[in-house]
Amino acid sequence: MNKTIEIIQVKISDYQLAKAPHHLKTTGLGSCVGVVIYEQAAKVAGMAHVMLPSSTMAREVSFNFAKYADTALPAMVDEMVQTYRLRRDSLVAKIAGGAQMFQFSGKSEALRVGPRNVEAVKETLHDLDIPVISEDVGGSNGRTITFDSENGILQIRTIHKGITTI
Amino acid sequence: MITPEKLTDFHKDILKEIGNIGAGNAATALSQLMNRTIDMKVPSVKMALFHEVTELIGGDETVVAATFFRVTGDAPGNMFFILPLQEAVTYLRELTGDSEIEEESIFSSELAQSALQETGNILAGSYLSSFSDFTGLKLYPSVPFLSIDMAGAVLSQGLVELSQVSDYAILIDTELRGADNTQLGMDGHFLLLPDPDSFERIFHALGVT
Repeated sequence: MNKTIEIIQVKISDYQLAKAPHHLKTTGLGSCVGVVIYEQAAKVAGMAHVMLPSSTMAREVSFNFAKYADTALPAMVDEMVQTYRLRRDSLVAKIAGGAQMFQFSGKSEALRVGPRNVEAVKETLHDLDIPVISEDVGGSNGRTITFDSENGILQIRTIHKGITTI
Repeated sequence: MITPEKLTDFHKDILKEIGNIGAGNAATALSQLMNRTIDMKVPSVKMALFHEVTELIGGDETVVAATFFRVTGDAPGNMFFILPLQEAVTYLRELTGDSEIEEESIFSSELAQSALQETGNILAGSYLSSFSDFTGLKLYPSVPFLSIDMAGAVLSQGLVELSQVSDYAILIDTELRGADNTQLGMDGHFLLLPDPDSFERIFHALGVT
C-alpha cells in the first residue's frame, strides 16, 4: 500500500507540524534559522522558519509570534505537545541556517542578524530543555531544508555545496 | 509612523515616481557602460508579504547574483540590484568579451564578481543621486556586497529592518532589459526597500503628509 507523502511548506515567519510519513520543507534560508523539533517515537515534528531573534525588537502593536525565536519556539512546542500528547522531555532539535549572506565589516547590527538568530534559537531551546542534536549553521550560504519525519533526517541543500544530511 | 499597511495610492504613486527617476538614470548609466540601448519597464510599487517578495524575482530557490547596498543618510534603507544567474552570465560575457564565462565559473572568478559589484555600484550611485536631487534628501550607498545564492536567502537579509514593524515589504521594483531582448538578456531588478521610518521622511521632503 502506498501512502502519499505530503511535503508541507513552511513559509518565512511561520511554523508547521507534521507526522510521519509527511515531510516538512522550508526554502531559501539566509539569515533566518530553520528549527526542527522532533519526537522520535511518535514520529512527530515541527519546523519553524525564524526571522528575528527576539520579540523585544518588535515595534508592532500586535505581531506575528512565529517571526521571533523567543516566541515561535515555545508556541510550536506547546502546539506539538497538545496536539499529539507528547512528553516534553522526549523532544530533540535540529537547526540549520543563520548565515551572513553579505560579508559586512561595518557596524550594522541588521546584517549580523544570522549569528544573532542562531544564538537566540539556542538560548530558547535551552530554556525549553530541548537538546540540539545536530546543526548546520553560520557561513555565508543560503539553505533549503527538508525534514523527513519518518526517519528524522534533515536534508540541507545549498547552491555551492550540494546536498548534505544531518 | 507610516507602516506599509498605511500607505495610500497617492503615496505609492510618489514612490513609483522615485523608482522612475532613479531607474531611468541607472538605465542610462548601464547603456553607456554597455554601449547599447537598455529599456526600463514602468516601475511598480508593490506591497507584498515577505514570502511573496521572492516570488516577484522567480521564487525562493532561483539562483541570483545580488548586489546589496545599505543606504544611509536622511532616508536609510536597503537596495538590491538583482540579475538571475543566467542573465549575469550573458551580461558578463558581453561586458568582458570573454565567452568562456559560465554559470559555474562565476562562483570562482574574482573578475566576474568584481565586474558585477562595480556594475551594481554605478547603477546604485546613479539611482540614488537622482533620488537625492528629486527629494533634497542626502543618501549614501555603502560599498557593494555581492552574493550569488538563492533569491530567498539574499532578499530576506534586506527585510530585517522592515520585519520589526510589519509583515509586509514595500518594494519599489524596476525591471531593466536590453532593447533587443530577442538576443541578449539583461533582465535585472532594482529593488529599493526604505526603512520603516524613512517613508515619512521621503513624503515630508516632497511636501506630502
